[in-house]
Amino acid sequence: MSEALAQGPDTARDETLRLPASVVTERRVVRWLLIAVALTFLGLFLVLPLLTVFAQALAKGWGAYLAAFSEPDAQAAIRLTLIVAAIAVPFNLVFGVAASWAVAKFEFTGKNLLVTLIDLPFSVSPVVSGLIYVLVFGSRGLFGPFLVEHDIQIIFAVPGIVLATIFVTFPFVARQLIPLMQEQGTAEEEAALTLGASGWHAFRTVTLPNIRWGLLYSVLLCNARAMGEFGAVSVVSGHIRGLTNTLPLHVEILYNEYNFVAAFAVASLLAGLALVTLAVKSVLEWRYADDIAAGARRH
Amino acid sequence: MGEPEKPRRRFRQRSVIPGFGLTLGYTLTCLSLIVLLPLATLVVKASGLGLSGIWDVATDPRVASALRVSFGVSLLAALTASVFGGIVAWVLTRYDFPGRKLADAVVDLPFALPTAVAGIALASLYAPNGLVGAQLARIGIEAAYTPVGIFIAMVFIGLPFAVRTVQPLIAEIDKEVEEASAILGASRITTLTRVVLPPLIPAVLTGFALAFARGVGEYGSIIFIAGNLPYVSEIAPLLIVIKLSEFDYAGASAIAVIMLGISFVTLLAINLIQAWSRRRFGYV
Repeated sequence: MSEALAQGPDTARDETLRLPASVVTERRVVRWLLIAVALTFLGLFLVLPLLTVFAQALAKGWGAYLAAFSEPDAQAAIRLTLIVAAIAVPFNLVFGVAASWAVAKFEFTGKNLLVTLIDLPFSVSPVVSGLIYVLVFGSRGLFGPFLVEHDIQIIFAVPGIVLATIFVTFPFVARQLIPLMQEQGTAEEEAALTLGASGWHAFRTVTLPNIRWGLLYSVLLCNARAMGEFGAVSVVSGHIRGLTNTLPLHVEILYNEYNFVAAFAVASLLAGLALVTLAVKSVLEWRYADDIAAGARRH
Repeated sequence: MGEPEKPRRRFRQRSVIPGFGLTLGYTLTCLSLIVLLPLATLVVKASGLGLSGIWDVATDPRVASALRVSFGVSLLAALTASVFGGIVAWVLTRYDFPGRKLADAVVDLPFALPTAVAGIALASLYAPNGLVGAQLARIGIEAAYTPVGIFIAMVFIGLPFAVRTVQPLIAEIDKEVEEASAILGASRITTLTRVVLPPLIPAVLTGFALAFARGVGEYGSIIFIAGNLPYVSEIAPLLIVIKLSEFDYAGASAIAVIMLGISFVTLLAINLIQAWSRRRFGYV
């Protein structure tokens, strides 16, 4: 138990302040009550569901748990999820860096509009994010006739899944880097250029080291979303087992077949990814708060 | 954005830094192809129905009921998330207790946990034979397969927004103002309600709006626990999926446009709150 809390409010050892501590904080009873309310709420709503995933996955022992991964469909789903993330995350990494370079290092008309438009995918429902690609690339969509004629399949195939994933993770890197790079300004790059560095050289040796932790942080979150996206991918995937099922979609199929142990086993893989993401994210926030976000403010 | 260069005011200010054309060009190309073109297609598709057509879809009893469930429950869930999120943010910033850092990290769990995983976990917890569901059933509350289940999933998904928008502002509160208030004779309750709380209101409202918007659009964490009974626990995003599977693209687009319209109004509201806050308090 922390010492400050163990003592009564009136025994605060702040010498410079003659006021009893209770006037700048709540009474001890109130404090403990609020802490209890907050922790109960977090436990009930956030921690308990997480524990449930692992408890249900191991409900019939390790044998049943591991059997869920030896199934070919599960392995195909793991492979597809990795492929989709391996395309979507680097794409958004390059886009995010380019967009923040343009927005943060230059002054131009319409900048605020541009930033708002980049943020747009965050305010679109995942299901709608899938729907719009069906409307563009589906057989009855905008490019439908052309695609059918040339025998190109995008919807109910891997390209559609990749596109929908890129859409839902589109703003992650840009929205993290734009304020960070704006705060860092242009003086260091200008100095490098004056000393004769090429633009690319200045970016690599000056800008990149300045933004590396923010970049890593945003890529981490982007990857978690890319591997875990469900709604958008569900609409464009067509749910073809072994072919267009990502891990979250595989979880859904198993669950709907009442194969709960396998569903939670596969889900535990994604939950594990979430835990690793959270752990690395927290470490980055504790160690490099100033290098991650502008003004060290999160989100 | 294709603005023509005006003769006197230039489109962009001069700079020695290279790469403007390349990076802005690449940004606009990606933005147009990935985001703007597909969204425009949706708007065009829906406008093919005309306003009266969209209205017909919106007032179809099943659609109207789904929209009511989505928006109504999300409103309640965002309210709950804001109240408890405010308490969580206050406790995490102001009090020191064992496990504070861990609790702080846990808040972001809904951001990191895939929605389908959250969905099946919540469904199994709150099912009538589940760990929490059995306790709730004993006091006569049916959670899973009713709007209560939708509410629980939306609180889960909205909580981090409520906490994270308020938390930095609580950390920035100047303790001297609280001391001044106390020296001038205010009780702690008066200080909290008259001095501490008012500057936090814009952030609380922003968090509320973000949680609300997220809840309305949410799909993965809800469908497993909702039971998806038409007219009872069917949400609007699910209805889009159903219409799509029936190849009713126009109907799906109409619902999507209605939902988009409402999230834009929400976003606009957030911007207005922040503009007001900037004028009133000098920060967002």
